[in-house]
Amino acid sequence: MGLDTTSMGGSFVGTKLTEAINWARKYSLFQYPFVTACCGMEFMATACSHYDISRFGAEIPRFSPRQADLLFVVGTVSHKLAPVLKKVYEQMCDPKWVVSFGACASSGGFYDNYCTVQGIDTIIPVDVYIPGCPPRPEAVLDALMLLQEKIQNAQLDRRSVG
Amino acid sequence: MSQYVVQRLTERFPDQILETHAFRGDDTVVLKRDKLLEVLRFLKEDAGLNFDLPVDLTVVDWWRKKEPRFEVVYHLYSLGKGHRIRLKVPVDEDDAVVPSSRAVWAGFDWYEREAWDLYGIRFEGHPNHTRILLWEGFEGHPLRKDYPITKRQPLTALLDGKQE
Amino acid sequence: MSEIFIETVRDDGTPDDLGSVPMSLQMGPSHPAMHGTIKMRLRLDGEIVQKADVEVGYLHRGFEKSCENSTWTQVFPYTDRLNYVSPLCNNVGYAMAVEKLIGIDVPERCKYVRMIMSETSRVGDHLTCVGASLMELGAFTAFLYAIEAREEIWRLTEEVTGARLTHTYVRVGGLKDDLPPDFEAKYRKVEKKIRSLVDDILLLVDRNRIFLDRMKDTGVMTRERAIDWGFTGPCARASGVAYDVRKSHPYLLYDRTDFDVPVGTTGDNYDRYLVRMEELKQSLRIIDQCFKQMKPGPVNVDDPRIVMPDRDEVYGSIEGTIQHFKIIMEGIQVPPGEVYSYTEGGNGELGFYLVSVGEGKPYKCRVRPPCWNFMQAVHEMLEGYQIADIVPTFGSVNMIGGECDR
Ligand code: SF4
Repeated sequence: MGLDTTSMGGSFVGTKLTEAINWARKYSLFQYPFVTACCGMEFMATACSHYDISRFGAEIPRFSPRQADLLFVVGTVSHKLAPVLKKVYEQMCDPKWVVSFGACASSGGFYDNYCTVQGIDTIIPVDVYIPGCPPRPEAVLDALMLLQEKIQNAQLDRRSVG
Repeated sequence: MSQYVVQRLTERFPDQILETHAFRGDDTVVLKRDKLLEVLRFLKEDAGLNFDLPVDLTVVDWWRKKEPRFEVVYHLYSLGKGHRIRLKVPVDEDDAVVPSSRAVWAGFDWYEREAWDLYGIRFEGHPNHTRILLWEGFEGHPLRKDYPITKRQPLTALLDGKQE
Repeated sequence: MSEIFIETVRDDGTPDDLGSVPMSLQMGPSHPAMHGTIKMRLRLDGEIVQKADVEVGYLHRGFEKSCENSTWTQVFPYTDRLNYVSPLCNNVGYAMAVEKLIGIDVPERCKYVRMIMSETSRVGDHLTCVGASLMELGAFTAFLYAIEAREEIWRLTEEVTGARLTHTYVRVGGLKDDLPPDFEAKYRKVEKKIRSLVDDILLLVDRNRIFLDRMKDTGVMTRERAIDWGFTGPCARASGVAYDVRKSHPYLLYDRTDFDVPVGTTGDNYDRYLVRMEELKQSLRIIDQCFKQMKPGPVNVDDPRIVMPDRDEVYGSIEGTIQHFKIIMEGIQVPPGEVYSYTEGGNGELGFYLVSVGEGKPYKCRVRPPCWNFMQAVHEMLEGYQIADIVPTFGSVNMIGGECDR
């Protein structure tokens, strides 16, 4: 996009445009589920009919990082898996967001030992953390809404307009 | 588990058996390493024993508690006869090698690789003697008692200012 | 990969000089059908898998090392996360191993409750496995039905245990709590719902040509090979090995219940699917009988060294406080020795090999993971088939990362 909203600054048009773009973005999140462990079971439950994540516009999983803009890191990440996670993250196009799902992804959980990464934020930046082992589906939906709020309030810069 | 198995083994290999005992109904035979393969083959092929199902293979590390340091533990089960047995083979730290049982039961293939990976016991004659759960280049064997639980060996660089 | 050059043949028998070159392909670890934790290196000749090399370890979380640094009771949460699709089976398996090591027997009611809970867990396990493999074959609706049924089970178990997935419900020498008073009535409702949802799934797939064609005669594992690889559980039974720990070596009170062990004939994906569907119904049957036979009574052994005292006692009496402190801080004192205890988990013989040196912590806590055997043999079930068959085959062996890599 050749849009240069930054130069428009705080002008009326600029703000409205930002709002519109952000609004569109927050309701069309394409997620890449990086599912490894037990949290994945709860993730499944959230995605399926009972809790139905599609009500929030983040329904369709994309299993190619190039087509996704929301990375869900679900479950424990071991040191052996860490390079894979990093690669997946780097392959995603801007703008991109990361949700750390569950205690393990956020902090290593109770696996404080030789093989577990102590939180994915030591490897990639994270936007929203979801606590719980595993988090309840309600917590996941709440996190999604938090993320949408964050997206709505974001300032557009050159990088995120791409 | 069955007393019969212990009896039969003692009759057949009197000089290979170091000790037998039973605890809570689990019969255990402690074996020498020399003719281990022969004993395992016998256990599998003898019509009266017929241990066809490889159940489990693991290692116990008796660091600073017992000599020799390691015990390789086999659990076997016979589907036809319904009996079980536990075999233990003590090995020294400087000579932590046992013959591979991969040729007797295919099912011990990965168990032996895992024992190498986590305990550093070598299985002589294993066709693919590599690490399995951890990666090549990992230093040490984490389930040995002298490996500190939080000694991490990251493969990726950490973000600035973050620590493990 | 140019060293191998395969000559292809035209329909009339003359060699096709174009030939084809084997291609190598990496599948996973971050691949939806690989459950996020398995990597496969494939060598393909067109659509045919020539060689499959399976790599595991991406979810190795140091189960054993963590357990060695926890008290006997603190190990329960770790066991939940082994086979996280049927956590209660693991809880029961581990508790029974410790009880065997101590040499105690739990009250009868406790055994029934453990049976009921592990069977509900097994139903959830099989539903997830069948549902997920159906989804991977494109039957998304069937998956939604299966997860809906599982959701009902989770809600029910949540009322009993307090957690949806990671229950930590069983304790050494008993349970966290008895079942809630109106449990049976609630279970009946759930059961009805599960049965109708399972029927719906069957309606969708049972005579579905695409489903049958993809499942039948793919991923075959013969009886002999299955035994040699150490298969147990539904996969072994689908190959014709009539071995179910609940039947062959009844633990708890399975010998008082009447149930059938389904056994397959060919060991293909379809058989594995059928075995799971049938086991699911048998589990419901077992639960039925448990409810009929169960009588009120205590659920914990009467031994203050093992079971935590009541809340009132902890705060009201000095003995209670000391007892509570000792169990929490030092752990249950388990006599020295070693045992191997085995139960039927969701995927097969789930064994715990425990070594104690007479402390409050396990000296060694080894789990014998049934999935491990499937994964070391899965290449035999893939080689020679088409690349599209990887998905149903891998789905039907039900690899659970937490249990396989521990
Ligand atoms: S946070 Fe808990 S449930 Fe989630 S992956 Fe970690 S251990 Fe499993």
